[in-house]
Amino acid sequence: MINRTKKTNRKLSKSDAIEAYKRMLLIRRFEEKAGQSYGLGQIGGFCHLYIGQEAVVVGLQMCIREGDQVITTYRDHGHMLACGMSPNGVMAELYGRADGYSKGKGGSMHMFSKEANFFGGHGIVGASVPLGTGLAFSNKYKKNKAITLTYFGDGAANQGQVYESFNMAKLWELPCIYVIENNRYAMGTSVQRSSAQKDLSQRGISFGIEGEQVNGMDIESVIDAGRRAVTKVRNNEGPYILEMLTYRYRGHSMSDPAQYRTRDEVKEVRDHSDPIESLKNSIIENSYLTEEKLQLLNAEIKQIVDQSAQFAADSPLPDSSELFVDVYQ
Amino acid sequence: MKTEIYMPAMSPSMTEGTLTKWLVKVGDQLKIGDPIAEIETDKASMEVESQIEGIISEFLVENGQDQIAVKTPIAIIETNSTTEKLKGKLFTNTIDDQPKKKITKDRVIDQDKKQDKISVREAIRDAIAEEMRSDKNVFVMGEEVAEYQGAYKVTQGLLQEFGASRVIDTPITENGFAGLAIGASFSGLKPVVEFMTFNFSLQAMDHIINSAAKTLYMGGGQLNCPIVFRGPNGAAARVAAQHSQDLTAWFSHIPGLKVISPFSARDHKGLLKAAIRDPNPVIFLENEILYSEQEPMIDDNDDIIPIGKAKILKEGSDITLISHSISLKMCLEASKKLANKNIDCEVLDLRTIKPLDTKAIISSIRKTNKCVVVEQGWSQSGVSSEITSVIMENAFDWLDAPVLRLTGKDVPMPYAENLENLALPSEDELIKIVESLVK
Repeated sequence: MINRTKKTNRKLSKSDAIEAYKRMLLIRRFEEKAGQSYGLGQIGGFCHLYIGQEAVVVGLQMCIREGDQVITTYRDHGHMLACGMSPNGVMAELYGRADGYSKGKGGSMHMFSKEANFFGGHGIVGASVPLGTGLAFSNKYKKNKAITLTYFGDGAANQGQVYESFNMAKLWELPCIYVIENNRYAMGTSVQRSSAQKDLSQRGISFGIEGEQVNGMDIESVIDAGRRAVTKVRNNEGPYILEMLTYRYRGHSMSDPAQYRTRDEVKEVRDHSDPIESLKNSIIENSYLTEEKLQLLNAEIKQIVDQSAQFAADSPLPDSSELFVDVYQ
Repeated sequence: MKTEIYMPAMSPSMTEGTLTKWLVKVGDQLKIGDPIAEIETDKASMEVESQIEGIISEFLVENGQDQIAVKTPIAIIETNSTTEKLKGKLFTNTIDDQPKKKITKDRVIDQDKKQDKISVREAIRDAIAEEMRSDKNVFVMGEEVAEYQGAYKVTQGLLQEFGASRVIDTPITENGFAGLAIGASFSGLKPVVEFMTFNFSLQAMDHIINSAAKTLYMGGGQLNCPIVFRGPNGAAARVAAQHSQDLTAWFSHIPGLKVISPFSARDHKGLLKAAIRDPNPVIFLENEILYSEQEPMIDDNDDIIPIGKAKILKEGSDITLISHSISLKMCLEASKKLANKNIDCEVLDLRTIKPLDTKAIISSIRKTNKCVVVEQGWSQSGVSSEITSVIMENAFDWLDAPVLRLTGKDVPMPYAENLENLALPSEDELIKIVESLVK
């Protein structure tokens, strides 16, 4: 019932490989910039960086089509960029400025874009799961053939509402893919210390929901599993679980001293499993792009990110009259 | 020996019921546990089982007879005196052999033409049905709303008219289905979510507050949540602490939510229609004991009542009684008795708790200069504390006496009948408070 995918043999096409590389790199550079800006006090509050996990969201986004929906929890900057939301708008929101996606009123954890079919950005662990199930419900209700990618983490996988959602999703055969981004740590508590069933892809079994573990550090494996899952779910076969085995390089949030793991552990993953480095090597091996072209690409992305920080810094603070706006529609 | 069988009380709030049909006939031999009749209560249709052995000797009510009060004799059973097996006296009573007059329809049916009246229960159902007819994005979701026809029969008939894709029975998982419905509303559907009672909404509180109420604001106005959470709130009858409480103040505390707590049947209908059309999350608080209250029906399909407007139920000049939902019944009764003592009360029905109609409150205080606020909820940080503050801040100079409050006592709801009565605001207490202010 459960398939375990380690590394797929299927090759990405040249255009897919380059596209995936660009998108992952954008997220990586954007998040690094966000981290720097946080250190300079330009970004406040909570800020959860996605560095290390880029292959998951970029790969899955390449499997879905216009009209499909995405919803996630609070480690969400990568999802927003992958959905096509503008780096300027996201960065301005991180800065708490008027030109941010939420006019500066949401911050890192609360951004939405109807246009990009991105439904948040939810700050409560586990909350995205019933909400995403509801989006899938609306697709079934409207018979529009769209599907929903509902992301949550290994920590949220222990929340009761996840299983309430699994039950209804299977009962009503809702077109929902549950993407569990297992980055091994729920804040500082490892899966080993928090979860009785550590293979999270099996968490749907008692509801009859199939799932598989995927090497979430390898973009080709993500896309391969993602395409199969999307086909199943779109063909009215009900919900499906993809457990993405991934890793975050940074702390849970900016204020996390990360004493629950060793530096060596992080270094090990960075040196041997980094999703961007792996794809870069593959691009070079396959002669899709030259080193020189890759450097140009890098510079281009760095410029986009620098511009977003400049845009954010230049954007005004929200007017004080905004305080009472949008409490009600 | 002849034994009467009584109309049983089959729910805490049932006062009368309909004998849909007899499942036995005169002369039948009954054993304990045999189903004898099908009875429709305010909540459901149920079979009544015999508690005794004997032979049916007479029916005192007919098939289909309605409005039979609880404890009315409905049949007589001849029990065998030598093998008397009157196990448990529930719903039965031994009587003498005097013939009983059969209850006729004339005695139990209200003289008013029934079809000209609408109950609160029907008003809610009609509001939902009308909105479902005019907007295909409106759907109903909750526990027992479809096949069971509603735990309190509020959604009766909706499944038959709109089908299972729009009238959806959920598992008993409030947090899950509240979140699911909110997610559905994010992409343009308009869910009407029933909580069997608002006591169970506490399981879903995170989604109501964190997902429904705040998303519009957090997203800079991008994503609204057009959803209605409805169901009975407030004290029920004899169901104790976990199932009997008024949570109005909880919801009214949250920016982003609208909170409605109506009293009359027509207000239920008009305000629920407004709530379903509203682009914001609306908490629609009903009251189980009010469900069977009736009032004359108006046939206008579009009788929308705007959210946020209070209504004067009775004009008066000496003092204003401010309340919402079922407590208004007590205010109206008390004001009748006070009228005999030459105290002329004005009774203000808030109807909407958030946004509060402060204008109506202030204008009544300017007229009467005295006020008592009545609610079933607890006093600390309650609806009445808010209203008291509003009056202090806006009409202090118009007051001739301090604003007083009559609220639920600061205890979990007790089960015992006498203690339950003590825990809730009473008419006597209200009369005394009013008299202490209007001397």
